Amino acid sequence: MNTKSNTSAASDAFDNLKETVGVVTVDDPKMSARNVDVFYGEKQAIYDVSLDIANNEVIAMIGPSGCGKSTFLRCLNRMNDSIPTCRVTGEMSLDGEDLYGAGLDPVLLRARVGMVFQKPNPFAKSIYDNVAYGPRIHGLASNRAELDDIVISSLQKAGLHEEVQDRLDAPGTSLSGGQQQRLCIARTIAVSPEVILMDEPCSALDPIATARIEELIDELRENYAIAIVTHSMQQAARVSQRTAYFHLGKLVEVGSTNNIFTNPRHELTENYITGRFG
Amino acid sequence: MTTTNLVLLLLGLGLATFFYGRQKAYVVSKSHGGMRNMHSLPSQHGVMVAIWCALPALLLVLFWKLAEPAVISSMLNSVIPASVMDGGDKAIGLYKNDIANIIESGKASSNPEKQVVADRWVALSSISSWVLLAIVLAIAAIGAATALRKISPDTRARVMVERVVHWFLIICSSIAILTTVGILCSVLFESFRFFQQVSFVEFVTGTKWSPQTAIRVDQVGSSGSFGAIPLFTGTLLISAIAMVVAVPIGLLAAIYLAEYASDRMRAFAKPLLEILAGIPTVVYGFFAALTVAPAIREWGELIGLSPSSESALAAGVVMGIMIIPFVSSLSDDVITAVPQAMRDGSYALGATHSETIKKVVLPAALPGVVSGILLAASRAIGETMIVVMAAGLAANLTANPLEAVTTVTVQIVTLLTGDQEFDSAKTLAAFALGLMLFFTTLVLNIIALHVVRRYREQYD
Repeated sequence: MNTKSNTSAASDAFDNLKETVGVVTVDDPKMSARNVDVFYGEKQAIYDVSLDIANNEVIAMIGPSGCGKSTFLRCLNRMNDSIPTCRVTGEMSLDGEDLYGAGLDPVLLRARVGMVFQKPNPFAKSIYDNVAYGPRIHGLASNRAELDDIVISSLQKAGLHEEVQDRLDAPGTSLSGGQQQRLCIARTIAVSPEVILMDEPCSALDPIATARIEELIDELRENYAIAIVTHSMQQAARVSQRTAYFHLGKLVEVGSTNNIFTNPRHELTENYITGRFG
Repeated sequence: MTTTNLVLLLLGLGLATFFYGRQKAYVVSKSHGGMRNMHSLPSQHGVMVAIWCALPALLLVLFWKLAEPAVISSMLNSVIPASVMDGGDKAIGLYKNDIANIIESGKASSNPEKQVVADRWVALSSISSWVLLAIVLAIAAIGAATALRKISPDTRARVMVERVVHWFLIICSSIAILTTVGILCSVLFESFRFFQQVSFVEFVTGTKWSPQTAIRVDQVGSSGSFGAIPLFTGTLLISAIAMVVAVPIGLLAAIYLAEYASDRMRAFAKPLLEILAGIPTVVYGFFAALTVAPAIREWGELIGLSPSSESALAAGVVMGIMIIPFVSSLSDDVITAVPQAMRDGSYALGATHSETIKKVVLPAALPGVVSGILLAASRAIGETMIVVMAAGLAANLTANPLEAVTTVTVQIVTLLTGDQEFDSAKTLAAFALGLMLFFTTLVLNIIALHVVRRYREQYD
């Protein structure tokens, strides 16, 4: 009975949701989204979302399955372009430059806004070639020594170098799941992006590998803006400075991670983080 | 009762005992407190009963029918006239053929002596089949009864049935393997006979192929020369031309279909491409001979060359078109099967579509692409009809694609068609060629398999 009244109260709260609770803007945004709607064919996946992503900060996007957090993340580097029915309206920008404007090449955008996926997806190549892939296609190294430097420093930043330094020729797929995910992070770092998007990067990993990646995310914050989608509220609490709560395609609440988890202002947010649904 | 009827009868019995056994297993299960207390399901008990009933009986029929002719034949020896028996095996064989013909014709023979033997033969066959029927029915009944008695909660019918199925599967796979071995052996032995007449060294190093041998001693004609090099270079030349046509076109078509074509285009173009593989090779043959070869001749003359009207180029190009679907269809499948996650990983690093295809998708799909190319290559090497019609029969040792050449398969066909002596070097040469061709493709396959496996181990 209790659950039922909660649920109906929650759906009322959702229907009445007019605008996001909390401050969506930051002083010096790296990326920003304003009034973004996303459609898959006829179906609307995201409703009027506005959100800024700041430099040197991790922003966590949480919410129940199907709430649109991954869709929103994939709009930030136009990975949704490969889905023919996907349509994005509203404004999105990187350093003030319109992401969906005519002058912007998605290929160049993705070199600046990298992405790490839910399932580790190393290429069918050696560890070295996996990391060297991006620098090679973008011509970041003029000779082998420079390429070696980029590969080694990327592996070091991803905390993988010590484990693999004597077998850089081994296939990337021969690594364990956690190592593969760190390889994918190293691969992303190697093209020196400005923003790293992470789509549930630990959901396929065991707790130890997860802890390792979370440490890494915290270290990476020094140099990059990071947006991470996660199903784990503990993870959001551990790694992020700001948290955005999505619900059924709407951005319900944004705030400092501390506030969201200790003092949520919206009823839906409170229900979710206290585990009443989700 | 004919053997067919007997086998059908046994299969019918097996089916009937299956239903009866299954029914009985239901009844037994009820009296033992339900299905949970039975080790095996009723249908498994049913199959067990059917196997006990029909399998031993069927095996007996098989062995009986294998042994019957020899046994009856030796029993006939007592009634065959001594004069024939003294004539040796050949005379006895001829005599028995006569008797068999008499029985076959169904008419009484004018020779009473032979009629006696024929009657005796018929009588023996009849006795044999009645004895067989009796024994088989007895075995089936005993088997079924034994198995029916065994139906109980503790009987492991499933284990027994699975063991029989296991052996059945082994037998099926052995048939395939043994057939291969049999073909290889027959080719091997005939080739061995050939190499007794023509030296192996001459065969593999000779550069002149002219297999005409004199049929009569007084005939004017060469004794034949069997240098296989021109044939293998011809095969190689034509196959190489075919691969040069098929691999780039097939692979690029596959990349277009898998990566660039819209779903509607793909649904339309892929079946169309695959139709190429369904065109009979003889149609390709006259397309090559009547359309492509004359065109090549004209174009060649335009630029001051003098191509012969039958050329390796014509045959190779048409053969290449024929094997395009082998390359494109398989490659398309493996390219489509490369996980989207891998492409996403590449796009997310700022790679373009073509960079992703070249550096991520194609390397990941390589094993499949290579096996498609291999399949195409073995088709090209084995292809005969197009070459017969478009490249001619002249065994020229040349690397010039505008000249007429011939291939191993074409020569095998010409050696074995028509009226031939079957123990002359000329016909036996066909087997030697077959053997060489077999080893060539075998080595090719082994090398390619090795390459593919190494690649797979590394990246899967």
